[in-house]
Amino acid sequence: MMDRYSKLQMVGIYAALAVFLTFILLPFFEMFMASLRPLEHLFRSPYQFWSDDFSFQAYKDMWVTVPLLGRYIFNSIFIATSVTLITMFFVVPAAYAFARLQFPFKNITLGIFLGVNMFTGAVLLIPLYRVLRTLGLLNTYWAMIVPGVAFLIPTGIWLLRSYLEKIPRELEEAAFVDGASRMYTLRRVVLPLAVPGLIVVSVAVFIGAYAQQFLFAITFNQTRELQPLPAGLFEFIGYQSVTWNEMMAAALVGVLPVMLIFLFLQKYLVAGLTAGAVKE
Amino acid sequence: MAELSAQASQPAADARSRSMSEGLFGWLLVAPAMIFIAVIVAWPLAETIRLSFMEAGLGGEKFVGLENYEDLADSRKFHQTVVRTFYWMFLSVGIKLVMGLIGAMLLNAAVPGRALFRVLVMPPWVIPMAIGCIGWLWLYNGYFGVLSGVMMKLGITDGPFEFLAYKSSAFYSAVVTDVWVGTPMVTLFFLAAMQGVSRDLYEAAWVDGAGRWYRFRRITIPQIMPVIVSMALLSAIFTFNSFEIIWILTEGGPRSATTTLIIDTYKVAIGNYKFGEGAARAVIIVVLLAAFSLIYLFFLNKINKRYGVK
Repeated sequence: MMDRYSKLQMVGIYAALAVFLTFILLPFFEMFMASLRPLEHLFRSPYQFWSDDFSFQAYKDMWVTVPLLGRYIFNSIFIATSVTLITMFFVVPAAYAFARLQFPFKNITLGIFLGVNMFTGAVLLIPLYRVLRTLGLLNTYWAMIVPGVAFLIPTGIWLLRSYLEKIPRELEEAAFVDGASRMYTLRRVVLPLAVPGLIVVSVAVFIGAYAQQFLFAITFNQTRELQPLPAGLFEFIGYQSVTWNEMMAAALVGVLPVMLIFLFLQKYLVAGLTAGAVKE
Repeated sequence: MAELSAQASQPAADARSRSMSEGLFGWLLVAPAMIFIAVIVAWPLAETIRLSFMEAGLGGEKFVGLENYEDLADSRKFHQTVVRTFYWMFLSVGIKLVMGLIGAMLLNAAVPGRALFRVLVMPPWVIPMAIGCIGWLWLYNGYFGVLSGVMMKLGITDGPFEFLAYKSSAFYSAVVTDVWVGTPMVTLFFLAAMQGVSRDLYEAAWVDGAGRWYRFRRITIPQIMPVIVSMALLSAIFTFNSFEIIWILTEGGPRSATTTLIIDTYKVAIGNYKFGEGAARAVIIVVLLAAFSLIYLFFLNKINKRYGVK
């Protein structure tokens, strides 16, 4: 009863939703449309909304125009996967400690981790550039993996901690009473129970790692073969003319992996990510 | 006898050694992450501070004291950049919060299809920012982009309009793109918060004859206020630090119209290898952000108290 809308209200809601979603989806729609137009048509002015020469040719040609495109996509996935695995290696124990254990300076430590979020890459680029140069890591995969891990650890800890807090304590206490060591309890009791949370947090970290590569790539890496897709895409501009249609096609193909993962897991992801916003 | 007492004392000793080790165990688990962050974030941060007192390039370093800071204090251009950065932040965050609130309300309305709409809001949040920006680069194109095309069709402009070619249109175009990137996250957090508000409150108000708008103002807003406030801070920090959007759209141009502190720092340090001057800017960014956050948290505390949140 309370939730029922009049016809007019319904129309209003759908109209507002249409405007909102148009704003959100317009760039994707236009990218897709551009990818379908032959280059000659693309460079026709004034803008034409429709034409009859749409084709998927750009999705074939893009691999020729930028021969390393496949490599860039692989690099993006490889870097994001490495970042995810390494990040989780650090995040799992730390998140457990913050969720369950009492230790000195716990709150200050947690605060420091979250404070890291304030210094996004750009502020630390200068010294990081020098540190990576000293360590000989510039122009390697590591130059893009290591900073990526550092900036995702805080988010990871935050997300996994709130998940772990929801697992009932009794099971751990039971294991404890049975004489299991702390490490054994963590490995054999807590982690198996936390698998859904671990998956959600890993996927969130992966999406973050996939998304953040541009800055690290253009700053710390000059080796073309190692470039991830967001940086590699700009090669479509570097050639004699800008092959916009192929660039859009490549961009859309490049977001496909994350979009697919996201679509399958979106329900859990959104619930996990926004857990902090919902009052218990 | 001895055996018995040993057995009896065993669990007690165990419990004690375990409970004593809780602190140690906790630190053991946190230490790897802590060390990693220290090496990759804290050490470079300290380095930034040290470098800000140096004249440093690709060659060597020379101590110059406060010179880098003095130069910035005297530079009108830098003052403009600071003002521009805060304007950029407040404007963009303000729009994001309003849009997020409206979006969350719409997605929370019990209408057919809302599960689908909720999914459709998310893509800008999920995909790499750099890729979304390429889409916007295309939209803003004067000759071949749809925005300019529509404006010409409607007769608002009589020729192609290059959104990124003029100072103020470039700035506001960058704001729009930043809003586009940031709105989905804000919307989804607000939506999650709205879903967490107890139905009893609404029903009680409804029984008392409260209208939709009244319920929104008097129940929804106060109930989700803590989330609004924390999203505002988070979003402000992201926006202040936003790099990719501006870099891809305009590289800070035309004529510095979109140069925020981050862009300025990047250009000076990484573009021109003036590490010392860049570091001084980076330190100022950190100080400004920290000051902003502290002031903000102070008010957050007050608001939370008012709304009875721990």
